[in-house]
Amino acid sequence: MMSDNNEKKTASESNIVNLPSDTFINKRDMDKPLVLETRHLGIDFGGLTAVDEFNIGVGATEIMGLIGPNGAGKTTIFNLLTKVYQPTRGTILLCGKDTHGMTPAAVNEAGIARTFQNIRLFDKLTVEENVKIGLHNHINYSMASGIFRLPSYWKEEKKAHEKALELLDIFGMADQADVPADSLPYGAQRRLEIVRALATEPKILLLDEPAAGMNPSETDELMANIRKIRDEFGIAVMLIEHDMKLVMGICETIAVLNFGRIIAKGTPVEIQNNPQVIEAYLGSKKDE
Amino acid sequence: MAEEKMTKKKMSKASKNAFLNYGIVLAFFVIFQVLSSTGILSNSLKGQLIPVVSYMIMAVSLNLVVGISGELSLGHAGFMSIGAFTGVVVEAVILSNSPAAATLSKNLGLQILILVASIVAGAIIAGVAGVLIGIPVLRLNGDYLAIVTLAFGEIIKNLLYCLYIYIDDTGLHFSLDPTSLAGTTVLNGPMGATSIKKISIFAAGIVLLLVVLVIVQNLVNSRSGRAIMAIRDNRIAAEASGLHITKYKMMAFVTSSALAGAAGALYALNYSTIVPKKFDFNTSILILVFVVLGGIGNMTGALIAAAVLTVLPEMLRDFQDYRMLVYAIVLILVMLLTNNERVKVFLAGLFNKKKSKDDAKEVA
Ligand SMILES: Nc1ncnc2c1ncn2[C@@H]1O[C@H](COP(=O)(O)OP(=O)(O)OP(=O)(O)O)[C@@H](O)[C@H]1O
Ligand SMILES: [Mg+2]
Repeated sequence: MMSDNNEKKTASESNIVNLPSDTFINKRDMDKPLVLETRHLGIDFGGLTAVDEFNIGVGATEIMGLIGPNGAGKTTIFNLLTKVYQPTRGTILLCGKDTHGMTPAAVNEAGIARTFQNIRLFDKLTVEENVKIGLHNHINYSMASGIFRLPSYWKEEKKAHEKALELLDIFGMADQADVPADSLPYGAQRRLEIVRALATEPKILLLDEPAAGMNPSETDELMANIRKIRDEFGIAVMLIEHDMKLVMGICETIAVLNFGRIIAKGTPVEIQNNPQVIEAYLGSKKDE
Repeated sequence: MAEEKMTKKKMSKASKNAFLNYGIVLAFFVIFQVLSSTGILSNSLKGQLIPVVSYMIMAVSLNLVVGISGELSLGHAGFMSIGAFTGVVVEAVILSNSPAAATLSKNLGLQILILVASIVAGAIIAGVAGVLIGIPVLRLNGDYLAIVTLAFGEIIKNLLYCLYIYIDDTGLHFSLDPTSLAGTTVLNGPMGATSIKKISIFAAGIVLLLVVLVIVQNLVNSRSGRAIMAIRDNRIAAEASGLHITKYKMMAFVTSSALAGAAGALYALNYSTIVPKKFDFNTSILILVFVVLGGIGNMTGALIAAAVLTVLPEMLRDFQDYRMLVYAIVLILVMLLTNNERVKVFLAGLFNKKKSKDDAKEVA
């Protein structure tokens, strides 16, 4: 199920360790528990097995890439992790805790936040309000305090407002706080989705094609920002991306998916040199 | 510095709309109070004042479900009905136990006390009905609320047709058998309530309307309201952001039901007789028309549409034969001229909803 060649490691990649359980993680995360672990994860849609035997472990501050040709099952894996779909088999452990039976909302509260391949913003709300939805579970006042405008309403709303602007500032979007989300350009909408996800204070951030539709300079900026988010917030990032420059540039480990199964796992260099990957993924990409 | 300025600008924008609505209501009150005290207002129009206020409350409360929460409700009059008959029963019970009942018409304090008690009771019972309907329906993903509320409105009407309530020496009695009626009849099946003491007051109605506006507008502009609108805009993203969908859908629906109950009590206690048929499907649709014409989610529009469309048929009474024709033309004109854009948005919204339901299967 995994690349059985390529033991060579370059200097920059010598930090990545292969654990006995077939998991690659960075040395700096060695002492911390895995933030996310899946075992034999799989889902069938009717007769179609969309994902099967998906086993990964993600270190506490790891940036992991999930790549594969169109229809390989990448988004489906995000949907399994966030409980949009209930897995047909297998387990998902979030910080060692089984997420079995949790709702999407509960999984978010437990520490998984995501963005969507097809952007899903709250169109009629402003940019700031979109971020405040991400902050929702960290804003503490009751329905009654809101209706009667009690002091906790003013205090908490002020705090939320400041926090929202601070988060928007990561992407330099604070000046657009008051515009409706659906009036933002495409790239900005993608960035807003990341900010909203980040606002929920996740332990792991799942990004589904964050660079889609962005131009090269926007993509460069995004790469820098993903790294910055990881460093500042100390969280793990798992990203799906077709842009190889981005994937190879910021991911510490990569899992390659084809027809719902992992065909290779390893460091960017290992993946780039893996013949199976070249054939399945890079080869098919040339055909497109 | 700049941030501070932004906060101020935004706060004033959100509250500007709210204050505009309070202003409209107060202006409405002052104008009609003056008109009626100077005798310019015809008696039939005077009689419309409290119904108008009641329908304004109905429109605002339905807007919370349809405009803010994005659910379709076709049985809002059912909640009004529950509030109305609860209010009637509360009034009858208080009067039967009160030695001051004989002098009620001269005792404004007692009138207001009974009115407030009836309105609060109407709101509570209608809110409970909202909970009972919401719990099974709102956890489903889809347009089931429209079907269930439609049925609910009819069921309430038919239940009231079979319900007989009377007060005798031993207290309040509920019965399904018309021959069991004894003592003072409160509710006489299909005949409805026939001996209501008219205690609703225009000014009290205005106060209730203002309270309702405060509740709805402050709710919308708070953490919970934001969640309700986020769920409306994108359910899947809302869930992924940690929002518990059913909780917020319930919050909007139950609040709306309770406020409709309050409006029902105010409405019923303005008449000496009220029949269950008053709150049928047509009334539910009429209220929905207020909301749609006023612009889905737009509280100012809902207020104005409710007022104009309630008073208009009354004002057109002189034209007898052409009354409904003129009414229809005005309806169409209002739609074309003022809310064309919004109607389009609404239709687009319905269409989108279908679309997003389809792709909900395949979340990408
Ligand atoms: N709800 C569903 N019902 C049936 N089949 C589904 C469903 N969701 C996904 N699939 C199928 O599962 C497979 C994997 O789809 P998925 O969206 O995960 O691919 P992907 O790797 O994200 O592709 P892309 O790079 O194009 O986004 C596809 O064959 C898809 O048709
Ligand atoms: Mg995908």
